Amino acid sequence: MNQPSGTLKKTPLYARHRALGARMVEFGGWDMPVEYSGIADEHLAVRTRAGLFDVSHMGEIEIAGRDALAAVQHITSNDASRLAVNQAQYAALTTPEGSFVDDVLTYRLADDHFMLVVNASNIIKDFRWIGEHIQGLGDAAAVNTSSRYALIAIQGPAARDILQTLTGVDLAAIKYYWFATGEVASVRVTISRTGYTGEDGFEVFVAPASAERVWDAILAAGKPFGLLPAGLGARDTLRLEASMRLYGNDMDEQSTVLEADLGWIVGWKKSEFIGADVLRRQKAEGTAKKLVGFEMVDRAIGRHGYDVFIEGNNAGIVTSGTQTPYLKKAIGMAYVPSDRTDTGTEIDIDVRGRRARAVIVPMPFYKRAR
Amino acid sequence: MYPADLKYTKDHEWVSLASGNARVGITDYAQKQLGDIVYLELPAVGRSLKKGEVFGTIESVKAVSELFSPVSGEVTAVNDALTQKPETVNTDPHGSWMIAVKVADGDTSDLLDAAAYTELTK
Repeated sequence: MNQPSGTLKKTPLYARHRALGARMVEFGGWDMPVEYSGIADEHLAVRTRAGLFDVSHMGEIEIAGRDALAAVQHITSNDASRLAVNQAQYAALTTPEGSFVDDVLTYRLADDHFMLVVNASNIIKDFRWIGEHIQGLGDAAAVNTSSRYALIAIQGPAARDILQTLTGVDLAAIKYYWFATGEVASVRVTISRTGYTGEDGFEVFVAPASAERVWDAILAAGKPFGLLPAGLGARDTLRLEASMRLYGNDMDEQSTVLEADLGWIVGWKKSEFIGADVLRRQKAEGTAKKLVGFEMVDRAIGRHGYDVFIEGNNAGIVTSGTQTPYLKKAIGMAYVPSDRTDTGTEIDIDVRGRRARAVIVPMPFYKRAR
Repeated sequence: MYPADLKYTKDHEWVSLASGNARVGITDYAQKQLGDIVYLELPAVGRSLKKGEVFGTIESVKAVSELFSPVSGEVTAVNDALTQKPETVNTDPHGSWMIAVKVADGDTSDLLDAAAYTELTK
């Protein structure tokens, strides 16, 4: 098969992916590994042991200055004032309509210094948006620092034990959605207890020049634990099982934070932010559509973009769907009218001209035992 | 790698012409491109197919692909056991026949032999 062209961006770990025999695909302008040994194999490794992901394509935008907190509060939906230094939170970068410019993780690096981790395909858009919308908010400047970081995620029940062999940082002391600075394999890094798989795990921010060293060290340390390198294919099936949204699939500039059923990432008690009026109104009055989870009844997969029918009427659209390797079910997410979101509601999905039955189920589909 | 007794298409199907009923499947190259296969939809017995016509779909975790008939003729058998265990296509692609076709048109000159197909997939 022809490989993607040379115009695509390559992460600092590109040579490693080729050497490991990964199948490469274009994703958000990047030449990324979609799978190494197979999506199901890698998915199961993450659920039962551990997987190692190169997510260096993700972007970083830092906001610093005396008024950095006010700037972050204005552009994101969540309440960043609740973040301690070394703590992170999930948030929406909101439009005035209460929809998503992007979904981001906000890291508080210092009292007056934040870092937003953003989707690869949105880096340029987000950076422009942030620059325009923090103007006039006092002493706060945004810098696109994406090229300063490679990002390596180790995820799975064995992730902590594996990473602990390579660092003096007490990983057990880093709580979920907190981070610490220290060394991994004698390389200066930031270790964040976050991920996109529904498992325990860490994301390691490292200077690009040292990325291969950290990657190689984790792969070697993980070998006795059954760790596998894992690609974007498994990342997608894992995040869907865990009901984590994917920007561009499950929400975008056409869907609001509440329509995406992410009310928990809105800081209702904080003062104004972009889109707050719309979201407050939707909270009081409800929304026309809402994102729900579904499980197929018939043997078929409802995929992104397929139409949803309820009692014969076109009622919505599938945003994500796959056959999940761990639950071994065909599941997905779809927008349906807000008055038809009850668990057990029967829906039909148009699968290439054939109506396949599905039923609305609670999310998350998968929740790890703690 | 690619059995010499099979013929191949540029769409990555194989066809066994050894008997009057041609058997059709997909190649090792195709299953590798698809990844983990989860569903297989095949036509009903008795359906008449033209060469190059879509006879079914194969679905992996990440994508849906159409299956194209390498020959013209009537479907005489469908491998129902395979639709129940479609992942077998990943482990044994050249042993996993999908349909049998009573070939109506004897012209197979556009099919590739193993050497030509191997070259195509390089």
